[in-house]
Amino acid sequence: MVARAPYWKTLTEPLIRQNPVTLQILGLCSALAVTTTLATALTMSVSLTIVVTLSCGIISLIRRHIPDTIRMIVQIVIIAAMVIVIDQFLQAYFAEISRALSVYVWLITTNCVVMARTETYASHNPPLPSMVDGFGYGLGYSLILMILGGLRELFGKGELFGAQVLPLADQGGWFTPLSLMLLAPSGFFLLGGMVWAIRSIRPEQAEAPEHTPPARMEPA
Amino acid sequence: MSDAWNLFLLAAFVDNMPLTLFLGLCTFLALSRRTESAIGLGVAMTFVLGVSVPLNHLIYQAVLAPGAWAWAGRPELDLSYLALIAFIGVIAAIVQLLEMVLDRYFPRIHAAFGVFLPLLTVQCVILGGSLFMVERSYNFAQSAVFGFGSGVGFFVAVVMLSAIRVRLAYADLPAGLRGLGIAFVLTGLMSLGFASFTQMAAAQ
Repeated sequence: MVARAPYWKTLTEPLIRQNPVTLQILGLCSALAVTTTLATALTMSVSLTIVVTLSCGIISLIRRHIPDTIRMIVQIVIIAAMVIVIDQFLQAYFAEISRALSVYVWLITTNCVVMARTETYASHNPPLPSMVDGFGYGLGYSLILMILGGLRELFGKGELFGAQVLPLADQGGWFTPLSLMLLAPSGFFLLGGMVWAIRSIRPEQAEAPEHTPPARMEPA
Repeated sequence: MSDAWNLFLLAAFVDNMPLTLFLGLCTFLALSRRTESAIGLGVAMTFVLGVSVPLNHLIYQAVLAPGAWAWAGRPELDLSYLALIAFIGVIAAIVQLLEMVLDRYFPRIHAAFGVFLPLLTVQCVILGGSLFMVERSYNFAQSAVFGFGSGVGFFVAVVMLSAIRVRLAYADLPAGLRGLGIAFVLTGLMSLGFASFTQMAAAQ
């Protein structure tokens, strides 16, 4: 039990307290682009979690053998190899979703979440904690993606996972879909709102004002 | 001529990388706190995109595309799944080269770019530009225009956002919304503005 406690902490820390998306501004690109439906958000979450867990494990295994000067390149190549495997798998078994995700699966390579974890944690720690850490960050990222995807699909189309939940107005129901939810701006608004909500609950995450207005001239 | 101009406008405004395609948001939000750093980032981004997309196009066509090895008697060879690693390598090399050249011959510009250059290696915009080039099968001239246009679009967006964020000094925001929260809302409003370009393109 004593030995398990730090693992548990490593795993749960990134869910809200250190969330990669809302606190550290990492991995935003895909968080917004793929969340128009729950299915694509789920695929993206699972792919990213697998990639980040595996690459953390591999990089941690060989961390003593990577020369310091070229470690970024080595890490990127390992991550890219993982992404290619995932992409080929998706194309083979989930062709439709793979097409919907378009280039965003490949862009996991440059997703800052993966790079940040391999660089800051996996390159200094043994494999098992690194994989737990990677998995935790994957979950934290997935949590945000699923919430965003669920909200956007529910209000944009009245569906969840493609099944009709709210009866649409033009089919005799009462719900008029908000098509703005499916467009780019609503992703930004929803994420901004989520950041606000989390920071209101946990005021220690709030930032200091970025700019201060120039001192007011005293009337002579 | 007019085709190239249309493609430039499409890349810069209709398919604006950060605002419409959500690419490169991490640096977009992190470095738009001050206008000077936003301009440095925008210029570096335009240059690297303008060079790397056409170069990746050449490499893709010569080595990786299906049938590229037909002259060596292996027409069935399809290496396109290796594109990801090849592109990343090319981008990292360009960034490294650019950094060394600037450091050697133009130290003043190098000092102004500062930390942005190495960051560009892991920029989704730059990798994304090359991947879109493959997905939409542009030719060489088109990919050069596309890369340059995307860079200009990023430049415009990041400088505009930084200009707005400096003015936030005069806004009395609730504590939870400061910094990242309000940046998202601002980006959303800008994205709404850029959505009108999509309408204009659709109306033509």
